[in-house]
Amino acid sequence: MEKHQIQYQTVHFTLNGKEVEQTVDVRASLTDMLRNDFHMLSVKKGCEVGECGACTVLIDDEAINSCLWLAVWAEGKNIRTLESLVGPNGELSDVQQCFVEEAAIQCGFCTPGFIMTAQEIIETGKEYTDDQLRKLLSGHLCRCTGYENILRAVKKAIKKAMYKNLAKEQSAE
Amino acid sequence: MQKKYTGKSAIRVDAYDKATGRAKYVEDMLPDGALIMKIAHSKITHGYVKSIDTSAAEAVPGVVKVLTCFDVPDITFPTSGHPWSTDPHHQDVADRKLLNQHVRYYGDDIAIVIAENSVAATQAVRLIKAEYEELPFVLDPQEAMKDGAPQIHEEYPNNILAHTSSSIGNYAEAIKEPGLIKIEGWYRTPTVQHCHIENHGVYAYEENGRVVVVSSTQIPHIVRRICGQATGLPWGNIRVIKPYIGGGFGNKQDALYEPLVTWATTQVGGRLVHFECEREETFVSNRVRHSITTHLISWVREDGTLVARKGEQFANSGSYASHGHSIVAKGAGSIPQLYPVPNYEGDAYSIYTNRPTAGAMRGYGMPQTTFAVESHTDDICKQLNLDPIEYRRRTLMPQGYVDNFSKNEQYFDSFNQCLDEAIKVMDYDRKYEEYKNQTGPIRKGIGVSVFWYNTAVWPISLESCSVRMIVNQDGSIQYQTGETEIGQGCDTAYSQMVADAVGVPLKDVHVVSCQDTDVTPYGTGAYASRQTYIGSLGIAKCATELRKKILQIAHDQTRMPIEILDLVDGKIIRTTDGRVLETLGDLAMESLYSLEDSHHITAETTCQIKSNAYSFGCCIAEVEVDIPLCKAKLTKIVNVHDCGSLINPQLAEAQVHGGMSMGIGYGLSEQLLFDEKTGKPLNNNLLDYKLSTFMDHPELEVRFIENAEPTNPFGTKALGEPPACPVASAIRNAIRNATDVSINVCPINPHVLYKEFTEAGLIVD
Repeated sequence: MEKHQIQYQTVHFTLNGKEVEQTVDVRASLTDMLRNDFHMLSVKKGCEVGECGACTVLIDDEAINSCLWLAVWAEGKNIRTLESLVGPNGELSDVQQCFVEEAAIQCGFCTPGFIMTAQEIIETGKEYTDDQLRKLLSGHLCRCTGYENILRAVKKAIKKAMYKNLAKEQSAE
Repeated sequence: MQKKYTGKSAIRVDAYDKATGRAKYVEDMLPDGALIMKIAHSKITHGYVKSIDTSAAEAVPGVVKVLTCFDVPDITFPTSGHPWSTDPHHQDVADRKLLNQHVRYYGDDIAIVIAENSVAATQAVRLIKAEYEELPFVLDPQEAMKDGAPQIHEEYPNNILAHTSSSIGNYAEAIKEPGLIKIEGWYRTPTVQHCHIENHGVYAYEENGRVVVVSSTQIPHIVRRICGQATGLPWGNIRVIKPYIGGGFGNKQDALYEPLVTWATTQVGGRLVHFECEREETFVSNRVRHSITTHLISWVREDGTLVARKGEQFANSGSYASHGHSIVAKGAGSIPQLYPVPNYEGDAYSIYTNRPTAGAMRGYGMPQTTFAVESHTDDICKQLNLDPIEYRRRTLMPQGYVDNFSKNEQYFDSFNQCLDEAIKVMDYDRKYEEYKNQTGPIRKGIGVSVFWYNTAVWPISLESCSVRMIVNQDGSIQYQTGETEIGQGCDTAYSQMVADAVGVPLKDVHVVSCQDTDVTPYGTGAYASRQTYIGSLGIAKCATELRKKILQIAHDQTRMPIEILDLVDGKIIRTTDGRVLETLGDLAMESLYSLEDSHHITAETTCQIKSNAYSFGCCIAEVEVDIPLCKAKLTKIVNVHDCGSLINPQLAEAQVHGGMSMGIGYGLSEQLLFDEKTGKPLNNNLLDYKLSTFMDHPELEVRFIENAEPTNPFGTKALGEPPACPVASAIRNAIRNATDVSINVCPINPHVLYKEFTEAGLIVD
């Protein structure tokens, strides 16, 4: 049998606000590196081929299926996982709080991915129609919720963010 | 009993951990250094493995062990997550080995590789060379029943796993009545898969001479029994731990790969072995929903009066028995109950075929049967020009109906109440009139379907619930049960019910979510929409005992007569004047640390349940059909449920959303396809298998009719599975309303519509 020489590469990137470096097997996915080397266990594996969205993380503010990303592509990137949204004293972010309040969580396995895409949506600072939101969130599969309460949660979180921005602007004036 | 916390929405007890990604699922608990197991699946659909060459696989660096179907114990075992029966005639069919020489579907398990990492395991699996003696295969149950069809299990001639008949009155005589109109239809439902987002995963290792199994399962205690049966290990030598699971929907109400991994660890000296299904394996090598073909013949008078009915059902059980006959039997049993008829003949068949094993899936035979019966009911209305709602009101199971076998009773006018509510929400009457006699390429339609669902499994099987409650020093309650949280929210409902049943604040109830068969009292787990109904009875019994103990200690401590003591919201109250004598925390501290008379306060009970409850409801769906494009779009939908009193309205609504979503996929898009020529699965991935996405739903509307169920102390009954039952038939009936075309197959996708519309002359090539 042909012997494969395992190749490793060292990557440097920002993970949840902290600069990190890691030597990884060049074949490893970003999902694997985040789970296995950094214990970011919120990054879930549902298909590992980009169909379900459970492994979504933010890469330079863009929601990406981390299973489709090679770990080595992390070089120089700013990567955020669900772990980054929790405050220093365990406070939930607005999106997380809205998911909790709206019963948008059941088995919880798709939840981290959904919350990261919702976070991406909120950070755009824009308003969306329901149809637009459905489209933006449609890269995630959920078998428990029928998506209904997830939509409610995301809409509520957007509203919350808008009020906060408005309040900020007003206090700046 | 106080009613302070039940009946109101409360945040899920696991919401914070799940929102922060801290909730641990099987793979999240995996220690470093695990060995990775991968499975070699058969590359033929039916035949015998003659030999397996493992030499190339064993040579892959990192491979620890390769084991094949020639190495496994010569034990056949059952996999179904039913409560075990000590009566051999009621035991589940034991028809598979850990790995099989006689392979019965494309993807059967023939060998495993255990390696130090997943790359080595995957490479090695690819290098396993199996030689087969191929046999002809059969994919369709009615073909499989024919003489000369390929024999799948030797002990089952014509591949009939089971056949049951039932009759009421005299069908043959009744149909001789002059002037009866015969209405007949064949209704077909597809093979679909549960598609929980977490694939099934399991790891096992030896500890102190026993095997510890950590699994993504709905049924930890049952899995322990099956791991013992499959491997020959004493049951007490196996410990099963169930952490949070990423959905189950019935697939994980089977022993999936726990027995194989239990055996695997014993083959590598007890080292930790981890196996996780890939999504492609989940579709094929776990369980699927039975595809059922239903043949209904109704004999009715001109006014629609149902005089006689015949129902035949053919369930595609696939390659192994799993839940056996129970699924089609549940559906078949519902036919003469939903629409009572004086003369009935029913036959139900479970048939082995060379397809993936069918097992439990949300609804357990009812989505299939409801699709058939409710499509057929609309066919009767169409043929006799009757109003579908009025006809249902006239012929459905009436208030006061009692089923002789289960003794279940329809205590209320549930169907009419649910229909009234759904009609209101949907503005049904107006739309039904408006959508008559449409022409043109785009047409709207509105359709209704009712459903019936039996809670839990009594009297078919054992129903019991074991509960342990422990009072902590601060007066909080630790609650343990064998009934499992699988996403549906039962832990939260339990915490609310425990708070009310014991008499403590909700915040003082700590539900131990993780089941561990070493410490969790025996319970069969999550299935049959039983967790809230059965769990509440277990809670009521255990709380009664715990309160008795607490009040006795309160009497000992306060010297007040026990008759005038009560525990309310965590405080010992003298009922005569309402004075708070002490808190439960004070009582527990004193009791535990007393130098005179020390007690830890705990109660543990088993509650066997010999009653049961019907759950009811309906769905109304509205569609827009684009005839030239052969597309049906769901535009509005409501489910109305009478599941008794709600324990947690918000979570109840969420539960219904999920079921409706599954029903929408069932009606319009989902089906697992197989190549007729090879038996190979064609779309076993989440790209080609059309699971409903965010874009495929309109707003899901939910309403409840809360008739308190008399057989339950909290007035609750089944809600988990029912929402998935009526949706596909409501959509189907809406499409018929729009186009006048009766479609007797689902999913009703563009392929089906093209064929049906062409035959109906609505589109011309």
